[in-house]
Amino acid sequence: MDLFETFFNFEVLARSFPMLLKGLWLTLQLGAASILAGLVLGLALCMMRLYSVRPVQILTRIYIDVFRSIPLLVLLIIVYYALPFVGVRLSPFASAMTALTMVSGAYTAEIFRSGIEAIPKGQFEAAAALGLGHRQTMVDVILPQSIRMVIPPLTNNSINVVKDTALASVVAMPDLLKQATQAQALAANPSPLIGAAAIYLAFLLPLVLLVSRLERRLNRGKA
Amino acid sequence: MSGYISIRNLQKFYGHYHALRGIDLEIARGEVVCVVGPSGSGKSTLIRCINRLEDFSSDSAIHVDGVPVLPGSSLAKVRAEVGMVFQSFNLFPHLTVRENIMLAPRRVRGTTKAAAAAQADQLLARVGLESQAEKYPSGLSGGQQQRVAIARALAMEPQVLLFDEPTSALDPEMVGEVLDVMRDLAQTGVTMVVVTHEMGFARQVADRVIFMDGGEVIEAAPPSEFFSAPREPRTRNFLHAVLDH
Repeated sequence: MDLFETFFNFEVLARSFPMLLKGLWLTLQLGAASILAGLVLGLALCMMRLYSVRPVQILTRIYIDVFRSIPLLVLLIIVYYALPFVGVRLSPFASAMTALTMVSGAYTAEIFRSGIEAIPKGQFEAAAALGLGHRQTMVDVILPQSIRMVIPPLTNNSINVVKDTALASVVAMPDLLKQATQAQALAANPSPLIGAAAIYLAFLLPLVLLVSRLERRLNRGKA
Repeated sequence: MSGYISIRNLQKFYGHYHALRGIDLEIARGEVVCVVGPSGSGKSTLIRCINRLEDFSSDSAIHVDGVPVLPGSSLAKVRAEVGMVFQSFNLFPHLTVRENIMLAPRRVRGTTKAAAAAQADQLLARVGLESQAEKYPSGLSGGQQQRVAIARALAMEPQVLLFDEPTSALDPEMVGEVLDVMRDLAQTGVTMVVVTHEMGFARQVADRVIFMDGGEVIEAAPPSEFFSAPREPRTRNFLHAVLDH
């Protein structure tokens, strides 16, 4: 068996393709759901970290630091295998989404914070002097400016979330990677794994390139 | 008699630094007051206390039209009546010139979009920028940006306008266009408190000039007296330094 037939076996690939597509669909669902939930959680955490009473600020900070430190795989295994001992039984999808969201939320919170803190103090003062309340200041003045700045790091984070969905295969979720390993076992040939890698690349490489372009455009605006 | 703006025993600390040392000041409705003094004298801090962009000690009191300038719901009321123009313009860069002016009337007063847009265009005409409504602030010169900032403050139809060194960040050739707009405003009966280094403007437009140094009001007098017969030695030194060179 030569190298080509081992890793790029078209017959095996074609046979496993429907399985890979099923896995891809689940991966995309998990990725999209976790990214969205992470954005909401991250914005809420960021507001609590910046604008709430002191004890809540400290708790939020601890949350953010802890969930940026803990390896996602460890968290996922805790959610799926440890929580049932206290009566919380989540499906593989729910476990994976919970773990991904908790971590993504922590990173997103820090990204939003950097975006808000990069806005000059004069913008807050001008809004306050005009009589805008805190919420209006955020919604109409600060966040629209911050969001432009944080789009590249947020996209980066989203790429990480989609890549990390592959860890869900550990808790028996039939995502793209899990389908590929199963197809590989079935066919006794690793071509489905190469196929999965190609599919990940097809989705994520354009996003990576997009981030670079956005960053270049933002930097040009600065000059 | 207490003034339209009444400042009693205004104390301000930055940590241990005593920035304002018990300012007492009454400003009448419609009065134009210019505040002058060396940098670090506390003049910007003083006017930033009037709409409470700076916190001040609880034993101090500021009232605008009888309303105490305290945190809470009355502060929103004061801020809606008190417009402010900043040294660095602080226009909202993501909004067009017209949208900059429309934002506060829409959000704070609940003005309809059409009415706010019409008002914005009127105000832009008043500051000579009717053709710039669709542009973003970054497309305007400094002088134009500051005139938009004035129009934005006027959109709330304030009783009081605070100017915090409005021409200090401008190229020299643009100072005149901003001072012209301010001179017109002074004729309209709005109460103005202007922190400035423009002695010519203070001399021509102010009803009263206030000289601050070291966090205190050293001297307050009508410009005719202030510039020709200053009483205090510190005032004389300052005027000598800024005028005779």
